[in-house]
Amino acid sequence: MVSKNGKVAASVALVAALMVGASFAAVPLYRIFCQVTGWGGTTQVAKAEADRVLDRRVTVRFDASIAKGIPWSFKPAQVSQTLRIGETGLAYYEATNNADYPVIGSASFNVQPAKAGSYFMKVDCFCFEEQILQPGETMLMPVTYYVDPEMADERRLDDVREITLSYTFYRNEDAEEREDLGTERRAEAGR
Amino acid sequence: MSSTEREFAHHGAHAEDDHKPKFWVRWFYSTNHKDIGILYLIFAVLAGLVGGAMSGLIRWELMEPGITVLTGFTTGETDMERIESAKNFYNVLITYHGLIMIFFMVMPALIGGFGNFFVPIMIGAPDMAFPRMNNISFWLYGASATLLFLSYIAPGYGSEQGYGGGWVLYPPLSTSVRGPAMDLLIVSLHLAGVSSILGAINFITTIFNMRAPGMTLHKMPLFAWAVLVTAFLLVLSLPVLAGAITMLLTDRMFGTAFFDAARGGDPVLYQHLFWFFGHPEVYILILPAFGIISHIVSTFSKKPVFGYLGMAYAMCAIGFVGFIVWAHHMYTVGLSVDMKAYFVAATMVIAVPTGIKIFSWIATMWGGSIDFKVPMLWAIGFIFLFTVGGVTGVLLANAGIDHYMHDTYYVVAHFHYVLSLGAVFAIFAGWYYWYEKMFGHPYSELLGQIHFWLMFIGVNIIFFPQHFLGLQGMPRRYIDYPVDFAFWNKVSTVGYVIMAVSIVVWLVSIVYAQLVLRRKAARDNPWGEGATTLEWTLPSPPPYHQFNELPKIH
Repeated sequence: MVSKNGKVAASVALVAALMVGASFAAVPLYRIFCQVTGWGGTTQVAKAEADRVLDRRVTVRFDASIAKGIPWSFKPAQVSQTLRIGETGLAYYEATNNADYPVIGSASFNVQPAKAGSYFMKVDCFCFEEQILQPGETMLMPVTYYVDPEMADERRLDDVREITLSYTFYRNEDAEEREDLGTERRAEAGR
Repeated sequence: MSSTEREFAHHGAHAEDDHKPKFWVRWFYSTNHKDIGILYLIFAVLAGLVGGAMSGLIRWELMEPGITVLTGFTTGETDMERIESAKNFYNVLITYHGLIMIFFMVMPALIGGFGNFFVPIMIGAPDMAFPRMNNISFWLYGASATLLFLSYIAPGYGSEQGYGGGWVLYPPLSTSVRGPAMDLLIVSLHLAGVSSILGAINFITTIFNMRAPGMTLHKMPLFAWAVLVTAFLLVLSLPVLAGAITMLLTDRMFGTAFFDAARGGDPVLYQHLFWFFGHPEVYILILPAFGIISHIVSTFSKKPVFGYLGMAYAMCAIGFVGFIVWAHHMYTVGLSVDMKAYFVAATMVIAVPTGIKIFSWIATMWGGSIDFKVPMLWAIGFIFLFTVGGVTGVLLANAGIDHYMHDTYYVVAHFHYVLSLGAVFAIFAGWYYWYEKMFGHPYSELLGQIHFWLMFIGVNIIFFPQHFLGLQGMPRRYIDYPVDFAFWNKVSTVGYVIMAVSIVVWLVSIVYAQLVLRRKAARDNPWGEGATTLEWTLPSPPPYHQFNELPKIH
């Protein structure tokens, strides 16, 4: 027999427990939300090329940066490409490992303006996988993409003439440990 | 037989009398809501003095451009080392100042202190629903404060002490500094959170189940309403903070990647979770203050509060809307225009129920026979200062303007007007309003008046010029600034000194009252016909166990 006070206390405690659960559930929900809506410029993955090509043109600009702690140089091989909406483009980025040990990197990405994220389709991209560069190695990294023709149906995106595709390379220390590269120990972030 | 059992047996023998347990048992094993309330108040006063001293060091350093003051508190060999250390010390000071003032001063004072002491009395209950859980809540705060202190002296960044990344604990900084200061801080906040959630469960159960016969929710005093809404906000928001800082902890210690962009996480997610807690938290700090102010304004205007139901439901509305406006703290992270439009509109909606409260207080005073005693001065001061902070808040709610103002001193001035000046003025208002009731002797009216005027002038001189600094573009959280900002920073520090003097006056007034005025007899109701809530029907201080026969409310 639970007292009247016990019932109220237990229900409030249950609400608190559910809120803890909700905060953790937010992690996958947030990811799905970004992927589905293209929120924050999250690009989409396409299985095939576009089914139609429009006359409207759009300029895709390329941006590259590296995070703290990765000893690479990383730059786009071309400043921009102008192509028709729906037309498949192929662009390259060039990465060089300046260290005397092999390094694995992973790239994060988005586009600006953010609202174009759900219409920027990548058919294939170096960012889908971890990249390993041997000491001193330079590699050309391709990305195959198109701009979804459905963008033309969305009035909100009528002002989009230029889309900037941006990548940031991070050092992937987990992968280095897994591959047992046996090189530089994880850099202590504190002094 | 343990000492508690002995006390219990002793009590059983004299069930009807007012025998209090002996000192140790009474204050350290306390399950009496009034004693726990007093313990919380003492805790809050001590924490407030520590947090206030920290802000003193901050203002002292910022009095002149250049890094000249905090270097004296460091132990480096060379000037360069001392300056680097001073920078860390400054960052640590602003971080712990914020955490202490929010979690260890305002919350314990308003909810733990006044809430514990007066909510059961106001609703006609003999005690809280779970007296032992009340005791756990308080002592968890003790453990939490201990961990916070350990965090303050533990290495945070290299060999530097403490965590200096701001009270919001944003990653990637909070996940990349390696020292144990951050871990201790996380566990400290966990314990403070558990304490507050237990307290909230206690308040909700007490208010739902233990109201005196005839005390319907719609007759309940506004302070009890305020604490009820606050308790719901605590239960809904604190677990989300607990989740977010647990993710920080596992990112730091167990190799997860919730917030690590390199491994597929997203640091912005932390900001969403944090502010889903953080925005309701500011209403947790201010709603009990609203409750106190309503009682004081009504008491000293000798009129019932204007629009009682509107006042109660305005607090519910503020509590609800408080949960759907969080991203206005993060306009600059790259939200889409539509998102920002929503959060701007939702944020501005809060001005409506808040306006209802402000205008109802003014309407309560309107045509009243106002008595400008010390508590009323603080209450009117609160209304003025909170309105100033509210207006700058509506301004900052605009995403376009906020892109310019974000992380400038304008924001610092805004939230200090609503919290440091708003919530703290309400705490002092409640302190003077209930002083005679809690301690059984009057306070000094003269010292109280001096305290009010010095503090009112002081805090305005501290924070009003910070609006100018913010508009001129001075960013917050830096130890140094260009010489162009020197003038208003100096003025601001002068204001701090005036405020500090007022705190000394307050401490003197406590000592004077406790040593000299304690010989004066306390009145049951010093405020006359305007004071209508149940605490004024009891002696001052109230008997150790009140309402053995429940009062009937008509």
